[in-house]
Amino acid sequence: MRLTLRQRQIIWAYIFMSVALVFFVVIRWYPTILAFNVSFRDWNVFEGSGPWVGVENYQEIWQDAGKPRSSVTAAFSNTVRYVLFGVPAQLVLGLGIALLLAQVYRFAAVFRAAYFAPYVTSAVAVAFVWNWLYQPETGLLNQALDLVGLPQQPFTKSPKQALPSITAVAVWQNLGFAVIIFLAGIQQIPDMYYEAARIDGANVWQIFWRITLPLLNPIIVYLTVLGTISYLRLFALVQNMSPQGTGGPLKSTTTVVLEVYREGFSSYKMGYAGALTVLLFLLILLITVIQLRFLSRRVEY
Amino acid sequence: MKQSKPFVLLSVLLVSIVLLAACPAPAAAPAEEPAAPESAAAEMAAADEVIEIEYWQYNFAARVEAMDQLIEMFEAENPNIQVIHNADIPYAEFRDKIAASVPAGVGPDVATLFYGWQSAWINAGYLIPLPEDAFPPSMVEEQFSPMVQASFVEGTLYTLPTAVRALALFYNRDLMEAAGLDPNSPPTTLDELRDMAVQCTQRDDDGNLVIEGFVADPSSQDHHWFREVLVRQFGGVPYSDEYSTVLYNDEAGLQAWNYLLAFHTELGTGDRDLFDGSTNAFVGGNVCFHVDGSFRLGTIANNNPDMNFGVTELPAHNGIKSTFGSYWTHGLTKKAAEDPARFEAAVKFLQFITSAEAGALWVDIVGELPAQLKAGSNPELLADEKLGAFAAGLEYAYATFFADESQQRQAIIDSFDMVILADEDPAAALEIAAETDQEILDEFWSN
Repeated sequence: MRLTLRQRQIIWAYIFMSVALVFFVVIRWYPTILAFNVSFRDWNVFEGSGPWVGVENYQEIWQDAGKPRSSVTAAFSNTVRYVLFGVPAQLVLGLGIALLLAQVYRFAAVFRAAYFAPYVTSAVAVAFVWNWLYQPETGLLNQALDLVGLPQQPFTKSPKQALPSITAVAVWQNLGFAVIIFLAGIQQIPDMYYEAARIDGANVWQIFWRITLPLLNPIIVYLTVLGTISYLRLFALVQNMSPQGTGGPLKSTTTVVLEVYREGFSSYKMGYAGALTVLLFLLILLITVIQLRFLSRRVEY
Repeated sequence: MKQSKPFVLLSVLLVSIVLLAACPAPAAAPAEEPAAPESAAAEMAAADEVIEIEYWQYNFAARVEAMDQLIEMFEAENPNIQVIHNADIPYAEFRDKIAASVPAGVGPDVATLFYGWQSAWINAGYLIPLPEDAFPPSMVEEQFSPMVQASFVEGTLYTLPTAVRALALFYNRDLMEAAGLDPNSPPTTLDELRDMAVQCTQRDDDGNLVIEGFVADPSSQDHHWFREVLVRQFGGVPYSDEYSTVLYNDEAGLQAWNYLLAFHTELGTGDRDLFDGSTNAFVGGNVCFHVDGSFRLGTIANNNPDMNFGVTELPAHNGIKSTFGSYWTHGLTKKAAEDPARFEAAVKFLQFITSAEAGALWVDIVGELPAQLKAGSNPELLADEKLGAFAAGLEYAYATFFADESQQRQAIIDSFDMVILADEDPAAALEIAAETDQEILDEFWSN
């Protein structure tokens, strides 16, 4: 059998891809499909099976959502809030810092590493450190407030402040990723556009609004989609920063994934947890499709 | 181009290796599950050799050590049984790991679980009833602490403990003395506790708490203290006899609720958000009085061995004494029932670790009280400076039957938070706790 160079390349490509494919099939797709299956069953976690109950789990979620002080409702509305607070904050701060870093040449690598470090730190470790910073009376933040004569704040101990406090940590943690991607985007914009604009007499703001921002659009779309997905799946920070990991106080910080975990592994209601997972999957799918549809417009010069 | 053949061969080989490695993984796991134990058991039976059973508990140093000793003794008595002791799993992951182990066809034959989890485990079909010939109900009634009745779920015995725990009042002698209180007469009534807690509390010039008299913290043990102790002392009962109906939302319950809340609201003797919660605050030496279980003795010995503290029975009220009892208990799993030889070995092991002798060894190492009355009413134990208060409580302890311990606890925590954090009316908040709790019970009893 004689193969052309092209054919050989293709075979090799498949060989290398097959490794990743196996990983995805076994570790990602199989459990995903299983989760759909579980969501339609009265799944017994200890038997690894259960009778088919149709949409009963979904009906139960719907009924629970209608009850006062419902965990499900809190989980979905909090999750949306995390996205609405977290994603814009991450984009604006990320772009701002990236624009500043683009001007820095001395110790540029050190600055980038500093901003990127939280992103590669374990969420649990991050949560621990921030729990200390947020401590009432003894925490660094409250002591700083004391020092400048401002009243102390309860942060994660208060139903009103807990969600913004945790969002702030999530933003802080994910910021580095946004900064690095923005930096790469900024550096890809050809200098000749800027030169031309300056020759035409454009000021800094005009250059930013008319050149930098539009040309960064693909990056913004990419970061928005990824950021939204990551906030929709928020779990580790909430589990480690809310009292007893329950998404409190008073359900003010709970997320859909946290409820999935609690229903599945604390109450052993796997079918119910599976149905919540499917709902979250559909939500992520819907939001992502909408974002890709409306955010990605081409910019040509 | 001559090299193309080996290349093709190599690629075909690689692809097939990858496929071979990948394919059986998801398919073979369920197929192997029932086969493996059977063939293993058959092999063993044929050779009349050692039967292996597996025992799991969560990782807690003292418990692991005690169980290691018990297993050693058991294996010496039963040379044909070998017990594999898995205690590597941290508490927080214990239930997940158990749940994950079962579909994988591995996991324990005998497992230790919190008695409050029994309902969930039984509902899920994981625990099997204890055989009546080996564990007659009458024996359990006569020989075990009355709180162990909670191991009977709808009349069937599912688990038995080695040891049980009760709540008592911890007091910091140095802090009492510093506040001008006599450390040799800790509070004996709820009124005294309230007054002494106020006297013991210290704030700095800015009004920040420095020493907390008493911290009401339902997320530690105070939700138990409220339901099984305070409610009864104010003249109510927390639940109907069957634990199917919530009754703590009456006048007596409200008085008990207000008593608990007052420490946080009007008296201001403590704030559970400070020092990482009431338990850590007490262990750290920042709290005068604290309701907790005997298991905390070990925590204090490890973390603050020099603390000068005492333990006394929970304060009485209206002449009523009560305490909350709870226990970690051992059950037989579905896996144990799959094979008769292993089942027999597991039953023997369970009998051994729930014996009075095992309880006596346990109290020395872990500090939990023997579940068997014979060992629990030991005069030496009752006279013990620290353990005596807990041992005395065993007589009048109640163990709440939980349909879902973590959710029922959360109902109390949430209502407490509503008052503290969201200015909800205490009576309305208590009503909400009762409603939520009742829903959980209804769901359980309707199954």
